[in-house]
Amino acid sequence: MNLPFLKNRSQRDLWLGLLFVSPWLIGFLLWTVYPLISSFYYSFTRYDLLRPAVWIGPGNYVELFTEDATFPKVIGNTLYYVLLSAPLGVISAFLMAALLNTKIMARPFFRAIFFFPAIVPTIVVAMVWQFLLNTQFGLINSLLQGVGLPVIPFLSSPALAKPSLIMIYMWAQGNAMVIFLATLQDVPRSLYEAAELDGANALHKFWHITIPMCTPVILFNLIMGFIEGFQSFTLPWLVTGGGPSNSTELYGLYLYRNAFEFLRMGKASALAWMLFIVIVVFTFILFRTSARWVYYSSEK
Amino acid sequence: MSVQSSTFHASKQPAQRKPLALAERIAGIVKYTVLILLAVSFVMPFYWMFSSALKNDAQVYVAPPIWFPSPAFWNNFADAWTSQPFTQYMLNTLFLYAIPYTLATTLSSAIVAYGFSRIQWKWRDTLFYVCLATMMVPFQVQMVPLFMIFKKLHWINSFLPLVVPALFGSPYYIFMLRQFFRTIPSELSDAARIDGASEFDILWRIMLPLSRPALTVVSLLAFIGAWNDYLGPLIYVHDQSKFVLALGVESLRRTFTFNSTIANAYPHLMAVSTLVVLPIIIIFFFGQRVFIEGISMTGLKE
Repeated sequence: MNLPFLKNRSQRDLWLGLLFVSPWLIGFLLWTVYPLISSFYYSFTRYDLLRPAVWIGPGNYVELFTEDATFPKVIGNTLYYVLLSAPLGVISAFLMAALLNTKIMARPFFRAIFFFPAIVPTIVVAMVWQFLLNTQFGLINSLLQGVGLPVIPFLSSPALAKPSLIMIYMWAQGNAMVIFLATLQDVPRSLYEAAELDGANALHKFWHITIPMCTPVILFNLIMGFIEGFQSFTLPWLVTGGGPSNSTELYGLYLYRNAFEFLRMGKASALAWMLFIVIVVFTFILFRTSARWVYYSSEK
Repeated sequence: MSVQSSTFHASKQPAQRKPLALAERIAGIVKYTVLILLAVSFVMPFYWMFSSALKNDAQVYVAPPIWFPSPAFWNNFADAWTSQPFTQYMLNTLFLYAIPYTLATTLSSAIVAYGFSRIQWKWRDTLFYVCLATMMVPFQVQMVPLFMIFKKLHWINSFLPLVVPALFGSPYYIFMLRQFFRTIPSELSDAARIDGASEFDILWRIMLPLSRPALTVVSLLAFIGAWNDYLGPLIYVHDQSKFVLALGVESLRRTFTFNSTIANAYPHLMAVSTLVVLPIIIIFFFGQRVFIEGISMTGLKE
């Protein structure tokens, strides 16, 4: 698009640039900024969608921290889930990528198989795992019984439901794995060759070259894992629905329930805002600590 | 990126190999054992889903488990599919959601990515970082106010709340396309500019044709994202006649939980699950390479 009335090239480019990014910019204002501001407002109201919102000050926040018996449990569940699922997801994705990066036959074949669960609809993942982990006729328990082990109530015991969800989550970490694999293949061969000349064994090379060279991507995947974990909804909702006895009632589930089952839009907004702040703080802390463990090679 | 290094590996080493040391041989055995065990853990659930779809109740509730059901009840697929209007659900998923969503988000993300990569302007990089940072805003923060807006617009029970926002680009796809646009030499667009082409011409006639691989990845990811989406339709689509497949599968499960006397509940559920995942398997089979290399792009450093 030529804008002849703008003589100055840099001014012309500014308007052109803004023109091209305007879809995002308008969307940002409509679907991000406005909802952020309005949910902040609604978090101080009582609102059920039917009657007009009523200003109640910090009432929703006070209720959550002093009266709501479920909320402390929800926080505990969420921290348990996030603090385990994000690092474990990163570790398993990294190890699988490292395994695929060694000299193996049929790498593309294994890579495709390891990746595939990541793009399967969550509803299908949920149906299949519920079926597999069933205590009466699930395949996994039949196999365990076949070798003389007791039945494990993976999804029906409050103690095991969260670990089982984390296991299913780890099973579908193909995205992170593929990103790691690309990073591993970019590590310069010369580094390994130099280390070999100095007599390093495979473990040394892994620990002192492979891992440091991957730390920027480890940080990236870890942050993505934490953000995803704090918001997770679909998998726990479909696999356990929050049960048994609220043991998998994660933050995202509780928020959804307040909004669309109890029609407590104000309380749900308060929950959403606290989630937002927690995610921002968490990401910030991770970035701050990253100076100590993330290695950026000098050529960047 | 991955191509060079794998061809590098492929070049054979000189033939003066010593016999493998015992330790190395053991390491090799361990490595392939782990690989195969992992592969089994990824494939077995899907095989079990498929084989269970062919069973009847007697074959499901039996120990030891049956791996190859005989007789196989192929009619489970048709029975399960017609037990609810799944054809309707599939048409809804495709034509009301996945296809419009994919077109909208790919095109708008490409336009925005062009502005973030091929034009030099003040504040460009600052705004780009803002764009990336929005990925941190939890969906739940937007969920409640957006629901109120769409309710006021009378868009509830339609796919507009899911498709219209896609016209404004999506940060993740903007990021991927920007990374790709940056690899295209600027001489190409400079030459076109000298010939009097507008920026929009350059995007349309030069960048988009050259970016086919990246556009393919983005549209595949967008399509699969919409095909797999459960939460979006759960919030906005309430009439059964407008259900998408994900909601349909769940609704089928619910009929089984509420009425445990229905025969072949699990085989039917597995049959529908198989049919829902089938298009994904087909897309993945043909587009595997494009796919995996596209996702690798996400991890590229600046």
